[in-house]
Amino acid sequence: MTRLSLEVLEEKFSELKPPMTAREARVEANRCLYCFDAPCIRACPTHIDVPTFIRKISTDNLTGAAVTILEANLMAATCARVCPVEELCEGACVLGGDHKPIEIGRLQRHAMDHIYDKQKLPFTPAPSNGLRVAVVGAGPAGLSCAGELAKRGYAVTILEKNPLPGGLSTYGIVVMREPIRVALEEVALIEALGVEVRTGVEVGRDVSANQLLTDFDAVFLSVGMGSVPHLGIPGEDLEGVTEALSFIAETKLAEKDGLEHLRELPVGRFVTVIGAGNTAIDAATIAKRLGAERVTIIYRRGEGEMPAYDFEYTFIKNEGVEFRFFSQPVGVVGENGRVTGLECLRVEPGPPGPDGRALPQAVPGSAFIIPCDQVIKAIGQEKRVDLFAHFGLEQERGYVKVDADLRTTNPKVFAGGDCVRATGDAMTVTATQDGKVAARGIHAWLGDNALAAD
Amino acid sequence: MADLSIDFCGVKSPNPFWLASAPPSNTAYQVNKAFEYGWGGAVWKTIGTPVLNVSSRYGGLELGGQKLLAINNIELISDRPLDVNLREIAEVKRLWPDRAMVVSAMFESDPKVWADAVARIEDTGADAIELNYGCPHGMSERGMGSAVGQVPEYCTMITEWVTSAASIPVIVKLTPNITDIKAPARAAIDGYANALSLINTINSVVGVDLDSFQLRPNVGGKGGHGGYAGPAVKPIALSMLSEVMQLPETQRFQVPISGMGGIQTWRDAAEFLLLGASSLQVCTAVMHYGFRLIEELTDGLSNWLDDKGAASIQEVIGAAAPRYSPFNQLDLSYKVVARIDEAKCINCNLCFVACDEGAHQCIDLTANGAKIDPAAYSGVAKTQPVVREDDCVGCNLCSLVCPVDGCITMIEVPPERESVTWGEITQERPEVTLEWDKMERYREEKGIEIH
Repeated sequence: MTRLSLEVLEEKFSELKPPMTAREARVEANRCLYCFDAPCIRACPTHIDVPTFIRKISTDNLTGAAVTILEANLMAATCARVCPVEELCEGACVLGGDHKPIEIGRLQRHAMDHIYDKQKLPFTPAPSNGLRVAVVGAGPAGLSCAGELAKRGYAVTILEKNPLPGGLSTYGIVVMREPIRVALEEVALIEALGVEVRTGVEVGRDVSANQLLTDFDAVFLSVGMGSVPHLGIPGEDLEGVTEALSFIAETKLAEKDGLEHLRELPVGRFVTVIGAGNTAIDAATIAKRLGAERVTIIYRRGEGEMPAYDFEYTFIKNEGVEFRFFSQPVGVVGENGRVTGLECLRVEPGPPGPDGRALPQAVPGSAFIIPCDQVIKAIGQEKRVDLFAHFGLEQERGYVKVDADLRTTNPKVFAGGDCVRATGDAMTVTATQDGKVAARGIHAWLGDNALAAD
Repeated sequence: MADLSIDFCGVKSPNPFWLASAPPSNTAYQVNKAFEYGWGGAVWKTIGTPVLNVSSRYGGLELGGQKLLAINNIELISDRPLDVNLREIAEVKRLWPDRAMVVSAMFESDPKVWADAVARIEDTGADAIELNYGCPHGMSERGMGSAVGQVPEYCTMITEWVTSAASIPVIVKLTPNITDIKAPARAAIDGYANALSLINTINSVVGVDLDSFQLRPNVGGKGGHGGYAGPAVKPIALSMLSEVMQLPETQRFQVPISGMGGIQTWRDAAEFLLLGASSLQVCTAVMHYGFRLIEELTDGLSNWLDDKGAASIQEVIGAAAPRYSPFNQLDLSYKVVARIDEAKCINCNLCFVACDEGAHQCIDLTANGAKIDPAAYSGVAKTQPVVREDDCVGCNLCSLVCPVDGCITMIEVPPERESVTWGEITQERPEVTLEWDKMERYREEKGIEIH
């Protein structure tokens, strides 16, 4: 447990990127060239009309800017904070060639802060069309789909198994990138559009798939990923072994009631994180900032193969986190039921595996132990194959099989977000776009059906 | 290092930069400080009849995040007693004999009052008098300032009163709040003005507050027109300078002109010099950044003169003035076309939309070498604007909106027909300028296609 003062916690857990002042935003907005047919629009998976919203910021029309953004992306407050903008809009900015790209992410946040501070509903939903849609999962894809449908007059009910809605925005994105308040405000916006959000309801346990298919005109599945799998190594149940997502979720929930509650979280003195994706980076950052003396990331491949973004890697190295590449955990060692270390084998790159990447091969006799009192697993998540089976949907490598409109093999069921993301980057912004595309697909289909029924 | 010193109708200064008659030249404290920084001269803030000022006084023009592209002011002439001003002017001139000390004056329209004022100004040791015929607010309602500058007869009359009483040079400062600047310029010369200065501030309302509906600057809920000055007015000043330079009277009597209106950098200064100004006055830039600007002004000007191989500032004064021509003397056969350097192009497509919607539709948007319809395009290949040079009228717009240095260049192409001006056509074939069918035939004859 950390004894950090509130001041230190505030310093370490406040948002990494500060909000812009009004003047800063205006000056930055005025730097935008207002390109015609701008590449930033195409680089954004939700195709936000970036030059138009920035133009509106430059004229102090912040409400207009926010509406322009929200028309393309209802999760824009989250996206403004968590999007890998270097890889998307800002990476495409024409000014990047010989000077600094426009700070599109921070400008978007500026407009979003304005509309959320004003608590003004940016859209008036269309009159009810009498059609009902169930959305399973209240993450960005589900909220986006629900909001888009509500705008078109649908009665939408979201079923969420967790106590709080928001999905990864609420539970999975570190507070320094997105405070939980932002995620919950975003949910409130969707609710204000007329969407009903039922939390603590799990499909397959509290309500059956068949029931949903009977009660609703269409179903959108946005269930994300499942639990973190077992490593299948000895000692995994020792006290002090945890997994990254719940570790991060605890900090989010603690921060909800005030940063001082972060002091109540258990954190080791020497922490080992298994995995080198963005979740591993997040967990390592939190452990370090909560006061761990040494945090080591264990990865069985090399530096160049890390799934984490380059900027995340740079960031975490500056945090003082250490890396052990080409190391494979083979057992958690402990005393009196508590973790005392992680045993690893050195590995070497072997012949290419099915994905083309070299398969790590353990070097016999190379065992070594990294002493630690906390092991955090960040090794991906299981797929929701059981749930998909409830709906009788065809799957592809554990993901729901969908067509271009995100329709599954059951014409009444659409799916999006991480649960369909067999290829490409699983990001908030792609999940949001999935919600939009599915809403359009549902509307095109149900709209036609409704006309036929008339 | 080039010689920056000037001799302006007998008034000498080590460089051409003078503080304009305005708030920065209000007190001995300020002018002493400006001279310490290296200013070549100062036109003391206008002295004259008693006034009372209001609060607030200035409004600023902001554009694209840039503050103070112009100031609108409703401050009056000096509100300090005449005696105090005259005493301080004498003190400063005594301390700085090598700097130009010009006294701006504005008195009621009475020859006796003016004769007395001239005598008192000359007693200070000042080098010249500048007649403020331009102040557009407060004083004009009392029959002074621009009320004089806007009526050529008054302008001649008062100028003559002053020139007949004065033994030092008299500069007449012209107001731009008039349809044709040549009329008051001629009037001032008719009154034996030794020199002219221009432009004074322009009538303006700088803005309205969108919450309170108050005008800026706001005085107890009300506002009115003020005097507009600063970088935004420079093109107007350059135009008026050029007009006055063309006047036969200016040329015949070699009347020097002190240029002002938006001079903020040495580059602005160089433009005024090239178009014929032989002394320069600065106000708004100093109000924005302070007297320290003089270092950049003189240093930049000096380096530029060195680069041009000019030994003295005299070599560039008026060097571009003969190029100022009326439209009907421009060569109609001259032709430029836009050329885009695709290696430099950052694909912002601003040239495309400007040409397509704002000009003459001669830039296409292409992808993978083929013309596309941007509204229907959903490909991933980046879009590249391409000029159809045959259709390009050479309007410059694309090169003006292009944000990349040297990306769009206007290339001079060989003329397609012999040189002719509108003036020549008017003289030789007047019917062509009057009737459209004759014009059509003329075009066919000359092979002029209108895109």
